[in-house]
Amino acid sequence: MKRPVALYMLFIIILIFIFFLLNIILGSVQIPFRDVWDILWGDYNGNEIWQNIIWKSRVPQALTALVAGAGLSVSGLQMQTVFRNPLAGPSVLGISSGASMGVAFVVLLSGSLGGVALSKIGIMGEIALTISAIIGSLSIMALIIFVSQKVKGNVTLLIIGVMIGYVANAVIGVLKYFSVEEDIRAYVIWGLGSFARVSGNQMTLFVSIMLVLLPVSFLLVKTLNLLLLGDAYARNLGLNIKRARLQVITCSGVLVAIVTAYCGPIIFLGLAVPHLCRTMFRTSDHRILMPASLLMGGAMALVCNLIARMPGFEGALPVNSVTALVGAPVVISVLFNKRRNDINE
Amino acid sequence: MMGNKHIHINHLTIGYKERGNKKTVASDINATIRSGELTCLLGANGIGKSTLLRTLSGFQTPLEGEIIIRERRLSDYTDKELAGIIGVVLTEKCELRNMTVEELVGMGRSPYTGFWGRLSKHDKEVIDNSIKLVNIEHLRYQMVHQLSDGERQKAMIAKALAQETDIIFLDEPTAFLDFPSKVEIMQLLHRLSHSGNRTIFLSTHDLELALQIADKVWLMNREVGVQTGTPEDLSLNGSLSHFFLRKGIRFDMESGLFRISKQATVSTRLTGEGNRYTMAQKALARHGIDASRENSSDWYIEVTDEYFNVHHANGETEQTSSIEDLLQSVQNLLAALSR
Repeated sequence: MKRPVALYMLFIIILIFIFFLLNIILGSVQIPFRDVWDILWGDYNGNEIWQNIIWKSRVPQALTALVAGAGLSVSGLQMQTVFRNPLAGPSVLGISSGASMGVAFVVLLSGSLGGVALSKIGIMGEIALTISAIIGSLSIMALIIFVSQKVKGNVTLLIIGVMIGYVANAVIGVLKYFSVEEDIRAYVIWGLGSFARVSGNQMTLFVSIMLVLLPVSFLLVKTLNLLLLGDAYARNLGLNIKRARLQVITCSGVLVAIVTAYCGPIIFLGLAVPHLCRTMFRTSDHRILMPASLLMGGAMALVCNLIARMPGFEGALPVNSVTALVGAPVVISVLFNKRRNDINE
Repeated sequence: MMGNKHIHINHLTIGYKERGNKKTVASDINATIRSGELTCLLGANGIGKSTLLRTLSGFQTPLEGEIIIRERRLSDYTDKELAGIIGVVLTEKCELRNMTVEELVGMGRSPYTGFWGRLSKHDKEVIDNSIKLVNIEHLRYQMVHQLSDGERQKAMIAKALAQETDIIFLDEPTAFLDFPSKVEIMQLLHRLSHSGNRTIFLSTHDLELALQIADKVWLMNREVGVQTGTPEDLSLNGSLSHFFLRKGIRFDMESGLFRISKQATVSTRLTGEGNRYTMAQKALARHGIDASRENSSDWYIEVTDEYFNVHHANGETEQTSSIEDLLQSVQNLLAALSR
């Protein structure tokens, strides 16, 4: 049975609009809807604090969540296909652990060696964090890509990736041991993940990088479709497996690296969203799954951000707790329904 | 032009390279796979059938020798070029979820589609045709993971057909199938090889089917290497009976097929005509009793249109109406004799 693809896509886009607006309207400071609307359209001359809240906090946060969710989900979809493993996700190859390691080096070492606690130097510190995260994740990715050209089996590569992740985490553990408590706290907070950290120019930069990278990942849809058949069949249909693997891992890895650098390691979205989309559209065609994951990822991230910011939590709830708490039951229920449908057919 | 389409194999040695060590599986294979024919590769497990197929498909490089397709060495083709020449159907099961048969067959068009894999009108016609050729129109919109083994195998064959290659290699396409499906798949492949002038080469363990349906048979064996020929030539020159030479298997020249033989311990006279005679003979042979018109014995079995009569040496006659009862009374008789 075919699903009406266009209709479903439209549905997700409407969801994105609704949750984007809700993200802007709701927050710890109550701003009436009319005023929010006017501020958004630029014809508002009232409360300057409200304007600042909307433009400097809520809109950047919503935009960050939207692109970060999209990036992680697309990356997760690519990883699941290239490793033919439903449990694969953006973090599976240790690339996000690499980002954490980069951040750990900077945060923890600068405190104990340089005597400057990064957590205290504001915006420069943020930029330093981002850069160190990118360097950390990209160097792990380079290592993975090097390995991927050496080993034949996907499973071998997957295991090596997981092992590299463990090593990165072990390095972090050692660094933590030698660090002062304050720095460790700064590192732990980074590790909780947040869409709120990115502000101003950095947000513009982040969103523009993602707006370039996301379309690039669409160039791989045919490759991904062929990889579904398994290496031998894909090769028989003219696909250069080594090159395909390199392309997909690079694309997926860069997406994770950038998102993790700006938002911290966001868990679960990249694993769960592709499954949601497969069930929703009942297809394995990446020409549909790719845009679907992108949109659905954005929508889910907006939902999670909204819940994390719900009145009462006051921004204290880390996004990672929400992604798992909301995401896991959703995925489990989806899978349960899928089983039932399979039996009924 | 006809001659160009054959696959020539010269002094081919196949195997694996592991850290510089060569592990030879089979060496010095010389043969030709003719186009427009169905060729079956027979051989015991572990003899290297899959390795040979993988080497022929270009998945694995030969240790020595060469494979010539269309007057060019296989190793000179790029992956892209090969995709238009060789199609494969493998033993491994694809874990495909949420993909319809039509989409799977459509994947066979990938070498011809553009960047996004969009199917043109011509591509769709080819897909239609491939689905029709293997008679799975009714499965078209079904999900691949819901198909039976036989149906999935047909879908995979349709995918290979959609690839529009002159050559199709299949690794044990009839494994895991029930008997009617095996026959259906083999007949289908035979038809496809002849009607489309395709070169179809497959490995199989279904000896009887291969001997009945294949145009050419390749026997792969550790001592002799690869022997090729029509099933009939191979039976006449004794290769077949030598190939499967083993206790309990007998090559029946009359039917050109293998029979399971049991060493006869008793011989007796059997009289009668037709199917009932043959069936009684077959059943008795299974119990180690060589029964035939030519034999002579002091007790004998008579097959009539209605009964199977056991005539004892003392003149008594036992009348049985089924082969099951006949076997029972013969066994009783033999037990009494040996006492």
